[in-house]
Amino acid sequence: MYFDSIIAGFGGQGVLLMGTVLAYGAMKAGKQVTYMPVYGVEMRGGTANCTVVVSDRPVGSPIIHEPVTAVVMNRPSAEKYAPMVKKKGQVFVNASLIKKGQFECRAKQVHYVPTLELAREMGNARLANMIMLGALAAGSGVLSIEQVAKALPEALDPRYHKMIPANVEALEAGARFIQGKKAA
Amino acid sequence: MARRVMIKGNEAIAMGAIEAGCRYYFGYPITPQNDIPEYMSAAMPKVGGAFVQAESEVAAINMLLGAAATGARVMTSSSSPGISLKQEGISYLAGSQIPGVIVNMSRSGPGLGGIHPSQGDYFQATRGGGHGDYRTLVLAPSTAQENYDLTMDAFDLADKYRNPVMVLGDALIGQIKEPVELKPYRKKPKPKDWALTGAEGREARLLKSLFLADGELTVHNWMLAKKYKRMQKEVRYEFYRAEDAKMMLVAFGSVGRILKTSVDILRDKGKKVGLLRPITLYPFPDKAIQEAAAKSKLLAVMELNTGQMVEDVKLAAECACPVEFYGRPPGSIPTPDELAKEAMKIWRKGGLK
Amino acid sequence: MSAQPKLKKVFDRPQCLKDVPYHYCPGCHHGVIHRLLAEQIDNFGLRGKTLGAASVGCSVLIYDYFDVDIVEAPHGRAAAVATGLKRARPDSFVFTYQGDGDLAAIGTAEIVHAANRGENITVVFVNNAVFGMTGGQMAPTTLEGQVTTTSPYGRSAAEAGLPIRVTEMLSTLEGTAYAARVAVDNIKNLKKAKAALKRAVTYQQKGWGFSFVEFLSSCPTNWKMTPEEANARVGKEMADYFPLGVYKDVRAN
Repeated sequence: MYFDSIIAGFGGQGVLLMGTVLAYGAMKAGKQVTYMPVYGVEMRGGTANCTVVVSDRPVGSPIIHEPVTAVVMNRPSAEKYAPMVKKKGQVFVNASLIKKGQFECRAKQVHYVPTLELAREMGNARLANMIMLGALAAGSGVLSIEQVAKALPEALDPRYHKMIPANVEALEAGARFIQGKKAA
Repeated sequence: MARRVMIKGNEAIAMGAIEAGCRYYFGYPITPQNDIPEYMSAAMPKVGGAFVQAESEVAAINMLLGAAATGARVMTSSSSPGISLKQEGISYLAGSQIPGVIVNMSRSGPGLGGIHPSQGDYFQATRGGGHGDYRTLVLAPSTAQENYDLTMDAFDLADKYRNPVMVLGDALIGQIKEPVELKPYRKKPKPKDWALTGAEGREARLLKSLFLADGELTVHNWMLAKKYKRMQKEVRYEFYRAEDAKMMLVAFGSVGRILKTSVDILRDKGKKVGLLRPITLYPFPDKAIQEAAAKSKLLAVMELNTGQMVEDVKLAAECACPVEFYGRPPGSIPTPDELAKEAMKIWRKGGLK
Repeated sequence: MSAQPKLKKVFDRPQCLKDVPYHYCPGCHHGVIHRLLAEQIDNFGLRGKTLGAASVGCSVLIYDYFDVDIVEAPHGRAAAVATGLKRARPDSFVFTYQGDGDLAAIGTAEIVHAANRGENITVVFVNNAVFGMTGGQMAPTTLEGQVTTTSPYGRSAAEAGLPIRVTEMLSTLEGTAYAARVAVDNIKNLKKAKAALKRAVTYQQKGWGFSFVEFLSSCPTNWKMTPEEANARVGKEMADYFPLGVYKDVRAN
């Protein structure tokens, strides 16, 4: 089993948290995993991305030239990372900010996830990143939603632990969106 | 079973240090290793130790010298420009035979350089680094787990040889987040019969590096030289898919781990390529290099600098087989595909099939 | 025949000083200052819990004379080394003994910040207005117009600035609890010096914070004077620019 993903967006969109939750979930599921954050100069508003590699074997390189998956949360990220994804890979696009045709891509599977709209339906726009993470997990099959959810108590600061149920719902909503699309 | 946690490479260093009994930490902020002083500032008071944010790198290493002189386990950490400033203290530690652990999460230079990962401090780390004829033991981890494990070992080795030990990583090794098994430290450190504890009921003790009397310094330096020779038995390295390798890649630290993926890529293409990863940079694994040179037709050294460790590989290989080099200055982290391509260039140039 | 009068011993070598001759030049004040410090270590019964940080300069060989645990600090770093000693062993009595080249030039950052942190250590600062061990070069404390091997035309204020008054400077820091400038050029001053050292050791013993005693000292060799002339210069030229006295004593009342 081998999986990797570049998760990218604006600082403040919670992309590093998505990577962290995914990495914790993989660890708890008994996988080998490496998480590598890359910050822009600013902590807020700049670009941020991270790479997560999950494998049954010890992870060699923590940085990936041709990722299996990419999650792009804003347009600059889509332009930069979507073209790098393997032909047989998958791209998860934040459809709330990025439209079709705004970026190049050779990957056959491109999922457009309206993260903000789905999050607003749940009453909290800040859940957009967890919706996307749910979509990534379900779309790629790297982990089940239960496995991702198990990461939340450790990956989230204790201040936000009361938000865990809402986060789990968001993960499930993201997964349902992808599954619904697949079924359709 | 030991607890498994997901932590940053820098945090793994701090946690390994505390587990090994480090109770005093002195440091100065510099990117990309600030997680270490930040962690230690929170942790040291809780374990009955002390954290001091020093006024300078120079002060920090000398605070370490003072605290370590009392026999305590002490650490400081920094990154390249800060390590340059610490060289004075490291030389005095070596001369006075005071053990201490120095972490260099190196960044790029020369000068202020940048905060990219770099292996440009290899020479500085393995050649002593400061003035005088001395060596520090140098450990080069490549994963968060190794950061934890090797930092624990660093304290044991420092005490065993009464010598400074350097843990040499880089921005990648420090920032990476990976699961780490928090193995408990079970050794019982031996009492230090040289430590300054107050001369109650015994003769006064003295730790110094000044030897003015006729012939005294010669004797002292010969003693140190013999000690560095004894250190040779601490050599560590890892072979990866090396059994039948026609070409052996040689790399340490971050490049060493990235190359494992490159080796997998090349093996999938049927190319018999292996990897030798030195874990101790001083002592350098000369015998393993000779073994690799005897086994393979070609050694290919890869570094995130323009050619430093390659000199040690050439010296060790003693012309038993050709030694080629691919290196690049800091700026971007090489991907496994890029390095695999470079390896293939060397493969073809060497006439391998 | 009348009985011999019973003799009482009124003067002896302090126990924590070794019975060896000093290497210091004739007329140098280091020997007297060593003795005063040793007396206080004895006085407080601290020989068994003293940790010293030797500095670089003439007094680097302090460990040849003091029978206590000592570590040698790099040039100027004694206050940082002492910080490490004290943090690791808070119950020890920790002192540094530094000259003006060491403390006031290359070690300025270390002394200022150790004082500012209020490190509970005692610093003995010996100011003889010159780099002694290296052969009499100009120090930050060299007086204006003073000829040294690196100020052959006399120290120029325009080029080298005026001498640093370290005790005054450190007294401005909140972390400095006790600071005094003393001299040992005559019996009256010597008694005051003794009292200052006693006070400084008391500060550390009580955990009251950073204590600092500056000694104005002679250097007949590098001043190119006889011991008598050099001793006289301490009380006149030196003390004129570096006034003696207690500058800070936060627990005085």
